[in-house]
Amino acid sequence: MRKPLALGALVLSSALLIVGCTADTEPDTTPTDTAVEETTAAEETTAAEETEGTEPGAAGAITIWTDAERQDAIQAEADKFAADTGATVEVVQKNFEDLRNDFIAQVPTGEGPDITVGAHDWLGALVTAGVVDTVDLGATTGNFESVALEAFTYDGQLYALPYSLETVALIQNVDLVGEEAPATWDDMVAAAEAAGAERPIAINTAGETGDAYTMYGFQTSFGAPVFVQDDSGSYTTEVGMGGEAGEAFAQWLYDNGASGTGYISTTVDYDINNELFNSGTAAYTIQGPWAISSFPDVNLKVNPIPSAGGEPAAPFVGVQGFYLSSQSQNALLATDFLVNYLGSEEGQQALYEADPRIPALSAIADSVSDDPIIAGFLASSQNGVPMPSIPEMGAVWDFWNAAQVQIINGADPATTWNTMIDNLNAELNG
Amino acid sequence: MAQSTSAAAQPRTTSPTPQPEPHARRWRGNGAGFLVKLALMAIVNAFGVLVILQAWAVESWWILGASVVLLLLADIVYFSKRALPLKYLFPGLVFLFIFQIFTMGYTAYVALTNYGTGHAGSMEQAVDAALIQDERRVDDSPAYPLAIVTQEPDVVGFAINDEGVVRVGTETEPLTEVEDAEVAENGTPTAVPGWDVVPRAELYADAELQETVLSLRVPVSDEADDGSIRTREGTRGTIYQSSLEWDPDAQTLTNTDTGVVYSPTATGEFAAPDGTRLTTGWYVFVGFDNFVRAFTDGNLAGDLLQVTLWTFAFAALSVLVSFGLGLFFAIVYNDDRLRGRKVIRTLLILPYAFPAFMSALLWRGMLNSEFGIVNDLFFFGAGIGWLSDPWLAKFAVLFVNVWLSYPYWFLVSTGALQSLPGDTLEAATIDGAGRWRKFQYITLPLLLVSTAPLAISSFAFSFNNFTIIYMLTEGGPGFVNSPSRLGATDILISAIYKISGVSGGVADYGMASALSIMVFVVIGIISALAFRQTRKLEEF
Repeated sequence: MRKPLALGALVLSSALLIVGCTADTEPDTTPTDTAVEETTAAEETTAAEETEGTEPGAAGAITIWTDAERQDAIQAEADKFAADTGATVEVVQKNFEDLRNDFIAQVPTGEGPDITVGAHDWLGALVTAGVVDTVDLGATTGNFESVALEAFTYDGQLYALPYSLETVALIQNVDLVGEEAPATWDDMVAAAEAAGAERPIAINTAGETGDAYTMYGFQTSFGAPVFVQDDSGSYTTEVGMGGEAGEAFAQWLYDNGASGTGYISTTVDYDINNELFNSGTAAYTIQGPWAISSFPDVNLKVNPIPSAGGEPAAPFVGVQGFYLSSQSQNALLATDFLVNYLGSEEGQQALYEADPRIPALSAIADSVSDDPIIAGFLASSQNGVPMPSIPEMGAVWDFWNAAQVQIINGADPATTWNTMIDNLNAELNG
Repeated sequence: MAQSTSAAAQPRTTSPTPQPEPHARRWRGNGAGFLVKLALMAIVNAFGVLVILQAWAVESWWILGASVVLLLLADIVYFSKRALPLKYLFPGLVFLFIFQIFTMGYTAYVALTNYGTGHAGSMEQAVDAALIQDERRVDDSPAYPLAIVTQEPDVVGFAINDEGVVRVGTETEPLTEVEDAEVAENGTPTAVPGWDVVPRAELYADAELQETVLSLRVPVSDEADDGSIRTREGTRGTIYQSSLEWDPDAQTLTNTDTGVVYSPTATGEFAAPDGTRLTTGWYVFVGFDNFVRAFTDGNLAGDLLQVTLWTFAFAALSVLVSFGLGLFFAIVYNDDRLRGRKVIRTLLILPYAFPAFMSALLWRGMLNSEFGIVNDLFFFGAGIGWLSDPWLAKFAVLFVNVWLSYPYWFLVSTGALQSLPGDTLEAATIDGAGRWRKFQYITLPLLLVSTAPLAISSFAFSFNNFTIIYMLTEGGPGFVNSPSRLGATDILISAIYKISGVSGGVADYGMASALSIMVFVVIGIISALAFRQTRKLEEF
């Protein structure tokens, strides 16, 4: 008897609620078909005036994923782009650590963004997952640091717009050992001993986990790269750190580990490392720009890493940039924004100011090199090699770190190192 | 619910008089309560319809179907007078469905696929990716200023400016020179005789045209080897070449340069007859492959056995030791003669109040062999490698876990002790039982009745205690010279995390799901057996 009344009231009230809800929520969603129509309605006036015969307001929307540090700079460029083109740009903030897996998981479902911020060492995984599109920077290609372009190149194709570099360098305590860069590991130890430092150098090994990343500059100075690079600079899957060069590096680790001089110790993790250097206990350390704020008490100078094995030390360079989704529904707008806005000098300058990292655009890198810290890291990165981005790299870290820890702790260097190489080859080919 | 039905059923057998309806049925419901219900249901419906609309928009039919069914059920249940018990059960059932059954079902589904890096999307997307990766910019190609031009009806072409010479072409017509074209200062053609130049604003506003422009390839000449002009953002044209061709009927990709044919394989990849594969694959149903691989992979099997044994040892010892310690303290501090019991009890509970991952990180620092306070204070600065020796690391993990969990057992035991029947203990005392005998035959059995189920759940929790392992040792120290990436303190769940490769960026979700299901089965069996045992305790 009362049912029709109740149902009527129900339908009415829920309808009201839906209207209220949808108006709030739809612009927040990723660009679905309905959202596109909804959001572009605002541009209808401008777009409709200029178009005849085309559907009004179909300019499309692009979505960009970013982390918190870069959000403001990207938003500013996005506003400029929106004003110029009438397109809607939505900047979504996410945790940097989540970006890679979320991008791989969501692009195939159609829920992913058109552009995402990312690190270059994700590239292999992104290409194998088929979620990134190639990028053509046109005439501006030559304006970027070559290591940055090399890093985003996979199988001869460029996959992202680079914008910043990061690398580790030798940081030295000027009050103890002066500003001069030591050329070799032995020079460095000698200088530190002459200055009376308790420890010549602090090297982070991430405790018992191992940190082959920080150690890589020394490893390459023995001529033992993790993977062999081909002529174009792309990494092959051939492990390059075996053989005599690798054994020599392992021996060096052993000689400076628990059974040798003890300069390198697995008791040092990131925080202890920074504390040792900041307190003046260690005269040198190997760290990246992210750790500089941990050294407020030290008068420091950033220099290239000294050679331990005779060849130049080439630390890993990490590059960050913007990837383009392979499933973008608005690829033309997204590319336009990527290349002509984010890739422009003003865009890169704004990104640098929002989050000062070593710029990948050479012009900006030059203009900020009067900052001695940036200049120091830039010099170190120019010696460096991009961290391999091939998917095989994911399997390497655990083996590599563990072997280094065991050797530092006193395991037989040659056997441990060669077993690690064997296991690695078995894993990569098996 | 149980009460209302029994209340309705019982009187019928005892008294012959017609029984009044239970109050819930008697209530005609047009007062304030009905309005509240209506408002609540309106919210539920609004939310449901919203979800349905969104699911429709993103074309996820499973979610759409499930939401429609759930919403209809909700309306039927709450607006019919018949389904009284369901009114109470329904929310619980919905949560059960969404958070338990769906999650488990989905995990099982993933376990039967090879979903992971390299097998992330559909076959169609893998073809897209292969074509994208194959199409290469010709190395010395300049970037030509480019304009999009149209001709009636529906012909779209590119006009490029090749150092002052404007050339126009379409998909079928290679580039040919056009006389009398006008170019802007930046080189972009602005007027081409016989063609309409599309203004930039119009391109921005027309999504369909954008797609056409992106997929348009204008041949440079009649020779296919010369490549074709392509634009990415509508203002610059560059020469590209591609060699792969997709044949939708045969479902194969053919390299037109070498003639190699890549056909789809059962594992979701394109492979040539000689075994070379294209980079991007798609995910396919692989049946029980993941489960078989977990048992037969020579690199894993040996270390997984060690890890499994340690997992059982870790979980069992964690529960036994922390239970014993907690019970001991509970008995000691349950004595009425003790002063300041409350203060001491509060202090004892403190470790339980810290977040476990913080405590684990603190202990990691304190156990550092060179800089840690444990070696400095208690072992005269000896460099004992608490976290670098396999056995000491096991001990350290166990010790920290006991330190974290004994306050819980202290709390539980204290509560249970205080609720023990005093008369039984008194009777035992009168019968001349000593302290130990009373504890052995009365206190402990009675205590176990209420705490054994907690012990079982605590075992299951320790079995999967990822936090403490990862924060304290990350599973290390690694097995020496082992081909797996596992370590001495890895328990099954942390081993799964390492094997799945999620942390390294090369994820194998199929394998990880299969292993998780195995862990779930193991814990399920142990818990079932243990609960059966505890029923015997209740016979006291």
